[in-house]
Order: sequence, then C-alpha cells, then structure tokens
Amino acid sequence: MAIEINGTPAAGEPRPGQCLRTFVREQGNFGVKKGCDAGDCGACTVHVDGTPVHSCLFPAVRADGTAVTTIEGLGAATDNGDGLHPVQEQFLAEQGFQCGFCTAGMMMTASALDEEQKANLPRSLKGNLCRCTGYRSIADAVGAEPHGAADEAAESVRDGCPGRLGDDVPAPAGNAVVTGAARYTLDVPPEELPGLLHLKVLRSAHARARIRSIDASAALAIPGVVAVLTHEDAPAQLFSTAQHEIHTDDPDDTRVLDDVVRFAGQRVAAVVAESVAAAEAGARAVVVDYELLEPVLTPGDALRPGAPAIHGDKDAEASRIARPERNVVAEVHSELGDVDAGLAAADVIHEKTYRTQRVQHVALETHAAIAWLEPASGAGPDGGDRLVVRSSTQVPFLAKRTLARIFGLSEERVRVLTGRVGGGFGGKQEVLTEDLVALAALKLGRPVQLELTRTEQFAATTTRHPFEIRLKAGASRDGSLTALQLDVTTDAGAYGNHSPGVMFHGCGESLAVYNCANKRVDAQAVYTNTVPSGAFRGYGLSQMIFAIESAVDELAAGIGMDPLEFRARNMVRPGDDMLSTQPEPEEDVRYGSYGLDQCISLVRDALGRGAERLRAAGLDDLGPEWVAGTGTALSMIDTVPPRGHYSHTRLRLRPDGGYDAAVGTAEFGNGTTTVHAQLAATALGTAASRVAVRQSDTDLVDHDTGAFGSTGTVVAGQATLLAAQELARRIRAAAAAVNGAAEEDCVLEADAVVCAGTRRLPLAEVYDAAARLGVDLAAEGRWGGTPRSVAFNVHGFRVAVNTGTGELRILQSVQAADAGVVVNPRQCRGQIEGGIAQALGAALYEEVRIDDAGRVTTDILRQYHVPSFADVPRSEVCFADTNDELGPLGAKSMSESPFNPVAPALANAIRNATGVRFGELPIARDRIYLGLKEKAAAEAHGNAATEPARAGQPSR
Amino acid sequence: MDLNTIEAVVPTADPADFRDGDAWLAGGTVLFSYGSYAFGPRPLRRLLDLSRAGWPAVTVHDDGLELAATCTIAELYALPGSPAVTGRGWPGLELIRPCCDSFVASFKIWNVSTVGGNICTSLPAGPMTSLCAGLDAVATVIGAGGATRTVPVAELVTGDGTNALAPGELLRSVRIPASALASRVAFRRLSLSNLGRSGVLLIGRLDPRDGLALTVTASTKRPVRLSFPADSPPDAERLAAAVGQSIPAELYHDDQHGLPAWRRDMTGRLAEEIRAELLGERRPDGSVAVSGDFWDGAGRGHAVSAQPSTQRPGASRGAADPSQRKEA
Repeated sequence: MAIEINGTPAAGEPRPGQCLRTFVREQGNFGVKKGCDAGDCGACTVHVDGTPVHSCLFPAVRADGTAVTTIEGLGAATDNGDGLHPVQEQFLAEQGFQCGFCTAGMMMTASALDEEQKANLPRSLKGNLCRCTGYRSIADAVGAEPHGAADEAAESVRDGCPGRLGDDVPAPAGNAVVTGAARYTLDVPPEELPGLLHLKVLRSAHARARIRSIDASAALAIPGVVAVLTHEDAPAQLFSTAQHEIHTDDPDDTRVLDDVVRFAGQRVAAVVAESVAAAEAGARAVVVDYELLEPVLTPGDALRPGAPAIHGDKDAEASRIARPERNVVAEVHSELGDVDAGLAAADVIHEKTYRTQRVQHVALETHAAIAWLEPASGAGPDGGDRLVVRSSTQVPFLAKRTLARIFGLSEERVRVLTGRVGGGFGGKQEVLTEDLVALAALKLGRPVQLELTRTEQFAATTTRHPFEIRLKAGASRDGSLTALQLDVTTDAGAYGNHSPGVMFHGCGESLAVYNCANKRVDAQAVYTNTVPSGAFRGYGLSQMIFAIESAVDELAAGIGMDPLEFRARNMVRPGDDMLSTQPEPEEDVRYGSYGLDQCISLVRDALGRGAERLRAAGLDDLGPEWVAGTGTALSMIDTVPPRGHYSHTRLRLRPDGGYDAAVGTAEFGNGTTTVHAQLAATALGTAASRVAVRQSDTDLVDHDTGAFGSTGTVVAGQATLLAAQELARRIRAAAAAVNGAAEEDCVLEADAVVCAGTRRLPLAEVYDAAARLGVDLAAEGRWGGTPRSVAFNVHGFRVAVNTGTGELRILQSVQAADAGVVVNPRQCRGQIEGGIAQALGAALYEEVRIDDAGRVTTDILRQYHVPSFADVPRSEVCFADTNDELGPLGAKSMSESPFNPVAPALANAIRNATGVRFGELPIARDRIYLGLKEKAAAEAHGNAATEPARAGQPSR
Repeated sequence: MDLNTIEAVVPTADPADFRDGDAWLAGGTVLFSYGSYAFGPRPLRRLLDLSRAGWPAVTVHDDGLELAATCTIAELYALPGSPAVTGRGWPGLELIRPCCDSFVASFKIWNVSTVGGNICTSLPAGPMTSLCAGLDAVATVIGAGGATRTVPVAELVTGDGTNALAPGELLRSVRIPASALASRVAFRRLSLSNLGRSGVLLIGRLDPRDGLALTVTASTKRPVRLSFPADSPPDAERLAAAVGQSIPAELYHDDQHGLPAWRRDMTGRLAEEIRAELLGERRPDGSVAVSGDFWDGAGRGHAVSAQPSTQRPGASRGAADPSQRKEA
C-alpha cells in the first residue's frame, strides 16, 4: 500500500472499512474535519490526485497509489512567499470564516473550481455547509470581490496603530484557520495522550422505559473493550446539563447514567475501549432488559390529567421543578393592567395560535471531550490527581463547577479547557459529554475521548424549545396597541435544562419592547418523552417574537396602518418602562443607548431604495404567477442575561514590550478574541496585533460565566477594558518614575511611552525598569454583567412567491442593528449575516422531526436541510449610530439578536405578498402552496374573511 | 464514516463470491454515508470492490448507450460534450445534465458516486433512476450463477429504498435505447430548497412512433410511467385524469422533502407543463411554462440554476448591493 499525503508517504496501512478522513487524521492531518461523516457538509474535503472528494466517503484503501492533498499541503504547490495558496490568501484577506471548522473543506473545494464553476457558486459550493457566516464573506473570498468603499475606509490605518475601536481587525487565529493548523477539541496528537481510550454510548431506542438489568458480559468479552459503565457506576447526584452562573436556575433532574429512560436517545451505558471500533462493537453487545412504559410525546398529552409523571420520582423543592406530578417544569402567570378591558377597547382583534418547531444548532464541530488525570501539584487539600477535561464548550468554568459537583471533587481538582471551538449557538452551554469522559477517566485512570456523531447530535443532544403560543391582541384605530394576551406552552423535552430560563426570557423583551398597558402571560414549560430542548441562539425570544411580530403586523393591517408606523407608535422609547410579566421594570436594565428608531428608519429607507432598484432594473414583475410583498419585524434584547454574568481578565506587559491577555470567555467564531485585543489596544494606545489573547482555560483566570447570552463583548470585553485601563495607568506611572516626568505627561504609544512629548521610552525598557523595582506591570479586570442595556434589530424583506408552486424568492433582505459603538464592523456584520442565515433555516427549512415512538427521524443532514450557499441571499446590514453608556467603549451585544426578527419579517412579507398568514414554522414551499390553495378554496366558498383584510400598504 | 465491522475489501465482480454480510462497493458514497449497520439486521462484514472490474464507463452503440453500473456521475455529466455522441441526433442526451444537477450532492460527490449505486439505493429522488426510467433504460443484472437477466429500470426500483434485486445480485449496466435518445424530451423539477433534494421530478418524451411518455419520480415512492399513443395526444384534461388514475394517493412519497398533497399537485402541474412543451402548445405570449430549476424557458439546454443567486451582486436578480454604512 502506498498512499502519499502532501508529498510524504503515509506510515501504516488503512483498515479495510476505514474512510480516508480518519486515515489522514491518523497521519497527523488534523485540518481535515468531521462535520457530518456522511458526505453532506464538505468539511473533510481533500484532493485525491487533484480531484476534490469528501474524504469521509472515500474508502481509504482506494487511495492506494494516489497522492492525497489536505489543507496542510494546499499551499505547498504555490510558491508565492507566504506558503499560502491564493485561495487561502483570499479567505484570510476577506475573513471568510468565523469558527473556521468548515473553512479547510471550503478552501479545498474553492481551490479546485474552474472559472465556470466560480461563476456559479450556489451550485459549486452547495456541498460545503457553513453555519456561521451566512456565506457572504465566503462568496467574497472565493469570488475575490473588490472591497467596498466602506471597507477601505474602515481599514485605513489610524495613528500608525491599526486595530483599535472601529477597525476591521482580522481574527488573530486567521492564519491558523486557513492553514488547518488551528487545533479544535479533538486535534490532539496521540503522543500527547498516551493510552487514550475511546468511549461510545449505548443509547435507548425507547422513549420511556425502566431498566431492569444490563448484561455487559458479552461486551466485556470483545477484545479491546476495557469497561462498560452503567447507572450502577454513576454518581447519584442529580444535576442539570444546562450551565448557568447560578446552578439553581435549572432543575436538578439528570444523572450521568440513569436507570430510567425518558427519551429515545438517552444514554444507557458507556463502553470504553482501546479503539472506536471496539467501543462500537461493545455498545452493540450490551444487553439491556427494559420494562417499556407508554411515552408521553406532546405537551398536550403531558398536561392531560392522569398523564404519567415523567419526573414523578423527583421532589419538587429539592429538584426545583414547579409541578413534577403534572410534568410542569416551570410556569409564570401574570397580568399587567386589564387585558379584558384592553381587548374590549380594541377596534381590531387578532387571535391565532403560533407554533415553532424543534431546531438543531448544527454547529459544524459536534460535541466532543477528552478527559485525563494529571498529577496535582499542590492543587488542594484533598491531594491526589487532578481531572482535566478538554471540551467543545462555551462554558469551561461552569463545566468545571458542574463536574466538581457531580463527582464530589473540590473545584481546585478540576480543570476544563477548550481548543478552538467549532461553533456553539447555545448548544454548548450544556454538559453533554464532559461528565461521561470524566466518569470513565476517574474510574480507569487513563485518558478517555468521546466524539459524538452527527446522528447523536440530532437524536440525543438538545434543540430549540418548540413553543405553542396562543395569542390574542387588540389595537385601536388611532394606532394604539390596547392588549396583548399570550398563552404559551413550551416543550422541555425529557429534561428541564434551560426550560425555566428560555420560558422567562422568551416572555421578556419580546413583550417589553411595546408600550401596552394591558399584558397577560400564562406560560408553562412541560416535560415530554422527547429529545431535550436547551439553549438556542435567542433563548426563547425568537419563538415569541415570531408570534408577537406576526400579530403586530396583522393588527396594523387590521387598522389600515403601515406596519412600521404602527410599531414606531407603540415601541418603547427612552424613559418608558420596559415591562413584560412584572409590574416594575428590571432594576438593572437601562437605556444605556437607544437606536430602535434609527433601525426602523434605516430599514424603511433601504426597502424604499430596493423597490426603486427593482423598478429601474425592470425586475419588479416576475411574471403572471408571482406575487411580491414586503415585511418587517423588530426585536429587543437585554445586552446581558439577568442575575449575574462574571468575567475576569488578567493583562500584563511582556518583557518584549507586547501584551498578554488571559480571558475566560470561549472563542467559537463569535470573534470576541479580536474584540478583546481591540479593546485592550484602544486603552493601551497600541495595535491589536500587539495584544496576544489566551482564553478558555480554567487555570488562566479566576472565573468566567461563559460565552453565552451575547456576553463576549459586553461582559468579558468590559473586564478586559478595565484591566487595560488599569494597566495603562500603571505603565504610565512606571515610565514617569523612570523619566522623572509627571504621570499625566506620559502617553502610551504602540511600543513605547512618550513623556513630556519628547522622551520616548520603549515598553521593553519600561518593563525592565519596573522589574528592577520589583513592580509587576500587570492588571486585572472584573465585570459582573450589571447594569445592563438594551440592543435592537429590525429586519426587512422583499419577497416574491410563486402562487402555482409555493416557491419563495427573497428579493431583498436588510437588517439594521443597534449595536452601540461597533468595535469591529466587519466582524459584527458577519455575526448579523450569520444570524440571518441561521434564522432563514429555521424559518424556511429546518425541523427536527419525531415519529410516533418518539424517535428523531431527521438524524442526518440530508434529512435536515440547513441553508446552503444557494439558499442565502446577500443581506444589507446597517448600523444605528449610538454610543452606549454601559457597554465597553460604548459597545453593545450583537450575536444572538440578529436571529430574532428574521422569521416574523419573512412571514410578514409572505403575508403581504399572498394574503395568507403562516403561523407555523418552517414556512416551506409545500406549506406555502397548500396555504394558498386553502385560501383560494375558502374564498371560492365565500367565507374568506377569516383573516383581517389587508388594508394597509407595506412600508416603502 | 469508518465501517468498523468490515473485515476485508475483496476485489471482485463475480456474484458467486457474494456471501451473507457482503455489500457491493461501487463509489461507496452510500455505504460510507450510512455506515455498516444501516443495511440489514446484521452489520456488513465485507465489501466486494467493483472498482477493478474494468467495465468501460460508457459505451456508445448505434442502438443506444450502455452505462456501466460503475460509471461515475462525473463521467456521465461529461458525456453530452464528448465526440462519441456528437452528431448522433440524440436530443435525449439533454436530460443527462439536469438529472446530474438534481443530486442534492455537489460535483465533488459526482467524482466517485456511480449510476448503478444511485439506482440500487432506490430512493424516490434518485436522479439516475429518474434519468434511466425516463429514457426507457433496461438494466442488466448478474445473478449468483453468472446468469444475466434484464429488467427495465422503471421496474427495478419498487419503492422507497426497495428494489427488485435479490441479495447478491449485481447490477452490471443499464442500456438506454437509441429510440428513446432520439425523441424530444422535457424535464421539470421542484425542490423545497434551492438546488436541493428533488421533491418532484418529471421527464417527458415525445416520439413520432411511440407517442408521449411521462415518467414521474421523486414525488412517488417508485417511478410511474404514463404513455399516450402518438395518434391521440392527450389534452390537459385527459392528462390530468391519467395522472390521477395512475398515481393513487398512497403512492405519493411522504417525507421532509415535500408533503404528499404538494407533491400530488406539483406532479399534475409539471406533467401539464411538459405536455404543453412537447406538443408545442404555447402560452399567449409565445413562451412555455417552466417551473423549478435546470430547464430553460425554451425547453432546451441546461439552465444550471434558474434560482437567482443573490450572494454575488453581479449575478443577483434584484438583490441589493451590499452596503454597510453608519448613519452620520
């Protein structure tokens, strides 16, 4: 066997059924990624004798006699000085990546395209999925579009120090990402983890069962199988996979391994073996005796009197479950004002039930973790080894706490760290793998790795909470929102992780953004025997905003008012109380800045310009069967989650005059590493490239609540800014002492301190001078996430619908965002574009389906369509001009929120075009067609007046 | 993915070698996608590798085309431009590229995926099933004793993931008759997403001798053929009635790629578009109705993407210029 990889003969031979992907990774080419392992995502693309193939589908034995090129070898063929292929240079220049997990495959594909293929990227790149970017930056990288004027202006060098506030600083990891050198969770060379074992999970095929017994003898007899772990090996401690600063936010209802099965896909046993193959075989050989129980698959069934109590064995108070005997995880009932009176005063009432579906995050990197033990060097009073877990997580510090709690260890005896994380979207604000590898490593004393398959991601991790929202709202002809009544049922799935938080948050800013004297909310989160719901970008808001913004659109239509005008009349403005379910506003939420009015204007103007462009181009009439319309929606989000979100940054001057920043927050493509460097550089008067950021290791800093709730900039960034400001003071003081100048006369420059305008002291000398005096030029910053501000997004669409087929075309997409001072415009634009693309998936295509037995049937990417290049339009992105008094240097959060207004804006545009209100997601083409057909049939029968007439014209 | 239960890859194209636990390995894109546990109650043990069978991918005869089961999609896609078929007067070749583009998988998969593999996977949306059934292709199947039998591709695929092959039988090739290739053809396809999995795929063929033939795939669990003699071409009403009679409600496929009610109506719609195109009936403005992608308004050629690409401003139809600005 002779396989050449990047010019070097491979060592060893592939196994008979091995695919090329794992073979080249075993040969050290970690740039080749697994996104799906089934041929759908393209992250594993390599060239075999120059031909691009998906290496996960390519039998490794067939590579015999061929030359394989991976991302690590792509640049070698080109001799242009930097060792990068032109495509790599373009991806770097255009920053055509976020988390970077898809990037190697994307570039391997792009580098193989001929000119004809490049001219048709929707077709040529449909085999490469990116979940982060929304493809715009990828299009620019592959097409090497010239920069716009805005980009050029932003890239202008100011003060000789590029990379401060407002600059388009490239991601520090960019070079590592485009060369395949960036190390993600499982990109660890075997020599670093001698004796590594692999863990595979035996999962239940039944939605509800009691385990009578587990016979592992046949599994243990398989060569290579080391252990089979079951509920008998698992700690009794109940916990929640959800991770929050305060662990009591979530119900304690989960065990590492349980003897009760509550959903199909739940862990039953963990098989640990010398190889993945042996672990798989072991998992197949474990014999489980189940007592099958009738599952409860919908909230409606779960709430029915006499329904089996899924967590009936739990104590309500101890586990913090609202009513375990009735399957209610959490509930809220509130009324502000008098809703009945408000409805009575309305001229138009809209009443409808809205439903949102299960949606999967589909981060390209699946959940994965490796645990090992390392000798504790003075690590704590209880001595012994220390548990180290390397995981794909958004919350290393919280995972550390949770592991300590589950296994009864002191926190000093647990360390959690990450590599680069391949996407999160909320899905990694959970402990879903770390506990199992920790259990095995603690028991066996050897390193243990668990890598979930894409099918396990779908069937056994978490989804967005399905919401059923019975809504009734009223408006008066003068344009006032008179009442808003919401009856909300959310499907928690089998475990309560994030269900209270998602329910409360969902019913928060979605209502609070409107001044309405009469608001009633009855919401409950309900257990069912289905895959657990969890944290998902938007955290409940996207579901509620879909319903409320759809209703607002209907009310505007009902009273014959422009929907944006109706919104502008009713939305909160500075000084207005932001109220949802409590009579008093949240005490720490303030209008640190306000740009919602600007966002409305920006979208209105952009849609007007779009209409003009279409007319000018003669494209405003697509043909006889096409109808067109526009739609808008707004959203508000608190810039930080409630009840504390903490970050800690350590910053120090290095002997060479550069800076080291240690931060807690994780980088998964959200771009906060860049933001930290920019904030620090701005305060230190230097360039972002001179600030090296290390992150996501519980040994680096004291604590960080984690990268969720859009806090990477506004909380962790604030901590970094405070540290940088303090360090700047200390450096100036040190320089002043050396120079005999007054401290206030000393100014920090890129690599020096200039005192009294003339005396220039290089930072390296400042460091030395301070060191001689025993002064450590270092500083710390901490931020607790309060007070909080509010950020806003408004989205507008112009769509065309083919009434004969249901085909939907997006003619224009525009989002205006109020992100305060934008630290890095290119990156912030990328967050918005990515949020729009992900939201389009949830609005139009994606749905995790469950069959009559409670099993997930959409368990591969071919059955769960996430937007491909061909599906995503290029969106206009506009920023409001605001400066937040609370955020670091005026910045606000902007990572979850771009997702939130997209689905209702699209539904409103479709309603405007067709006259049909779609209250259920996804609004797929088949459902559009059938909805139109139903309307036509109803009209033919003369009872078309089920929906308010469309009196108002769409905004222009 | 790794097929960890595989103990051996055996180079053979002889059905006599086939044992329980074996699978024929052509391109491997299905086997390695679903894994060795997905093809029966017991995992696969051996892969019988056809790649060294040495079958010529495409053989052009005067009486038609022979495609080896191991012909890759990339090889097939290249065929319409090859000298071997130019000047033969086979308009049916125009179906090849739209059918290739109907794969949800991109051109990279085409480099290894095969015609035979797609037919044998027997999914309702299998584009090679569509192509071959639409062109009256006949499959040659080799049995365990070495005996061969032939079966029309339209009958080989019997349902969603099921076919008429016995365990161990090997699809050797498909033959597309020159008579089918010589007829005028039309193609229509709809998907729930741009360039996505086919929800409905219809192929029409008009032959002066055989009349009008319509082949419905993707929307139905198995291919459905409708034919109308040359001397009595159907009008819209007769066609609709024939579609209704030929496809009972339960034959419409039901999965996440399209609701059966939509598939049913779209089947009728696309059938009528094809009928009108092939019988030369034009709309008042002289155009023909074309829904979906991969077929241009003239009913000729290969519109690679009828969907406007809005990612590149130059290629976009009405999409906005990218702007990123800050209001002063």
